[in-house]
Amino acid sequence: MPEYTLRLRRYNPESGEAPHYEDFKVELEGHRSVLEAILQVRGEQDGSIGVRCSCRAAICGSCGVRTNGKPGLACHTHLDAAAKNSKHGENVIVVEPMGNMPVIKDLIVDMEEVHWKKIRRVTPWLVAKEPVPEREYIVPHEAMVDVTQTMACIQCGACVSDCLTMEMDPLFVGPAALAKAYRFVGDPRDAEQGQRLKDLAEDPHGIYDCTHCFQCIEACPKGVAPMSQIMRLRRRAGSDFHVDDRNNGHRHEMAFVKNIRKNGLLHEADLLPDSYGGKFHPRAVPELLSSLPVVLRALKTGKVTVKKALLHEHKASPEIERIFDTVENREVRLEYNLYISGNEDDLADDPADAVAPAATATLAPPVVEEQAVEAPPEPPVAEAPAAEAAPAETPAAPAPDAEEAPAADPAAEIEVEAPAEGEPTEGDTQ
Amino acid sequence: MKVAYWPGCVSRGFTPELHGAMEAVAPLLDLELIGIDRASCCGAGVIAEHNQELADTLNARTFALAAETPGELMMNICSTCQGAQSECQERLDASAEYRAEINTTLEAEGLAYEKGLVTNKNFLWLLVEEIGLENLKKKVKRPLTGLKVGPFYGCYIVRPTDRLGIDDENPRDQYMQMVIEALGGEVIDYAGIYKCCGFPIITMNKKASLQMAGTHLADATDADADCLVVPCPLCHLNLDLQQPMAAAEIGRDLSMPVLHLPQLVGLALGLDNKALGLSRHVIKPTSVIDWSTAVIGSTGEAGW
Ligand code: SF4
Ligand code: SF4
Ligand code: SF4
Ligand code: SF4
Ligand code: FES
Repeated sequence: MPEYTLRLRRYNPESGEAPHYEDFKVELEGHRSVLEAILQVRGEQDGSIGVRCSCRAAICGSCGVRTNGKPGLACHTHLDAAAKNSKHGENVIVVEPMGNMPVIKDLIVDMEEVHWKKIRRVTPWLVAKEPVPEREYIVPHEAMVDVTQTMACIQCGACVSDCLTMEMDPLFVGPAALAKAYRFVGDPRDAEQGQRLKDLAEDPHGIYDCTHCFQCIEACPKGVAPMSQIMRLRRRAGSDFHVDDRNNGHRHEMAFVKNIRKNGLLHEADLLPDSYGGKFHPRAVPELLSSLPVVLRALKTGKVTVKKALLHEHKASPEIERIFDTVENREVRLEYNLYISGNEDDLADDPADAVAPAATATLAPPVVEEQAVEAPPEPPVAEAPAAEAAPAETPAAPAPDAEEAPAADPAAEIEVEAPAEGEPTEGDTQ
Repeated sequence: MKVAYWPGCVSRGFTPELHGAMEAVAPLLDLELIGIDRASCCGAGVIAEHNQELADTLNARTFALAAETPGELMMNICSTCQGAQSECQERLDASAEYRAEINTTLEAEGLAYEKGLVTNKNFLWLLVEEIGLENLKKKVKRPLTGLKVGPFYGCYIVRPTDRLGIDDENPRDQYMQMVIEALGGEVIDYAGIYKCCGFPIITMNKKASLQMAGTHLADATDADADCLVVPCPLCHLNLDLQQPMAAAEIGRDLSMPVLHLPQLVGLALGLDNKALGLSRHVIKPTSVIDWSTAVIGSTGEAGW
């Protein structure tokens, strides 16, 4: 039986001692888990080791730790796999508490401030849509498939541990809580999708504070891909609910898209002012002034010429513009989610996978009778009732009650897209 | 070796020295760069954030154009292009139905994407996997002896590991270290190697963004690095162009030269700093130039 050296980070704030590492030898088969090794050591060598666990089967989410630098579940990490990427010698496994959270004792961290508070902050429950049906809500299958990925979250905090924005900005709502937010934003029974999105887009530590570093995708033991959920929240907020956030998130996105459409290649000198709402937008002035040194620096070092900064050297080919027109004018956005639909090769190996074919099938009719999710709100009002949802929605009706002013447009749209039309809410093909 | 060359946008915009250095280094590595002229921006993750299908279509088009060149494979010089294009390619390769949908849009231009149509590799991957470290070593004219180099990968080229094909067989997250060593330099290990430069949130949360850049630069300074090397021009923007602001943000003097990967390779292969555009950086790579001058002195080669 292989022998492993378990190097545990020990710290007990009450002892007054500094954190230190302590080595323990364990003999266990390589396929046994890091958690089993820790528990064996605790049982046989040192009963004072602090570790949190319960299910030992990757279900409860209590055993998040860092093993040889990688965040994950101790009960779901094999000893041989962990030992393989050891930088500290053969069969040495360093186990440390998760990052970004204060240590309570040894491997146990305090998840309250950085994790649980953020989860509560996103209203992690369904706000039922009125009128509440007499019996159950009828929801299209696809709409619920759409949120299954976020439902897989077990709140282990591995993503929070290694989130690079949180490292600099502890107020960032964070990957786990934002994935949870999509759980409800994507649920057609929820009445507050627009409010939720506006709230998270306007928060300076909300959806636009994610630096797109993929750490959470890499860390998550459940395939939740929090970053992808954050990008979906951004799409929903910006394109469907037209939230023009004060963090310049949506402006930046639109400036970028417009830039590529126009130039084919990115033209940075234009991107900056456009990200703040165009050269003459009041918000652009202070930002442009503060970024002036950057541009001057670039000019000075010969990185850019004045000509380059002011003129457009590239011009998009008509083909690029045509692609933009075709795709952006679709009535619903087409999304291919690998978590749900999988890779057809893998599926061929495993015909038992039932979810995939069903979900892929939704790919076929990207054009649906339902009103355009992305259409500008004004013109389609007249046509909207044409959808089967008609009874619920004389366009004037929804506006006065629930939704506040900024969400007025989306209010009309929520009604259009939500009811059981047999179509996914977002029209995303999963 | 002929490659379909995708320089990306930034290497022709705010970091022209990167494109220039790549063109200067290519012949020394027997690489023939065939530009994919009509291709568009990869979207840098932002187009995908806006509309996934749009990003997938634009990149499917780029792949199709690359396949039309006589290049054996496609090469990029930007971590962000690598990551954004790999993401699109992963989706495109996953489903015939989805590909068919995308191809309907491309049809009008006579283009189509088929599964696995092109292999797209960052210059870093190409160096190790196609050119080979042994071969590279043979080409070194001026080993980076004594130069302490800190690698900085950029998020898009190291995560997620499965999408980017990082495994035991291809430890692509170790390639920078391997290349630095092959060129004769000393690898500096510091906290920021695999972290994020903060560029994507520079317009949304400037403070956090500059803190990220500043912290990694400071960590590298404390680890005694002479310079950093990046395979990504976007990282370069935050680490070099914004370095004075990053320094102000973390309240500490910083003067850490940041080299593009082709520049570092070019130096070891004997190119002069002018051909490599080293003077175009905001933080002048004085330590690097001092080092190379010293080496020239010691080997008695003609100056440049
Ligand atoms: S959320 Fe639903 S499935 Fe999960 S434990 Fe509660 S009742 Fe069971
Ligand atoms: S991608 Fe965003 S949410 Fe995920 S770890 Fe990075 S910064 Fe955090
Ligand atoms: S998203 Fe994944 S890593 Fe994050 S808390 Fe949920 S299960 Fe854990
Ligand atoms: S380090 Fe910065 S620029 Fe580089 S890939 Fe990551 S986010 Fe992009
Ligand atoms: S002990 Fe429950 S997830 Fe590990």
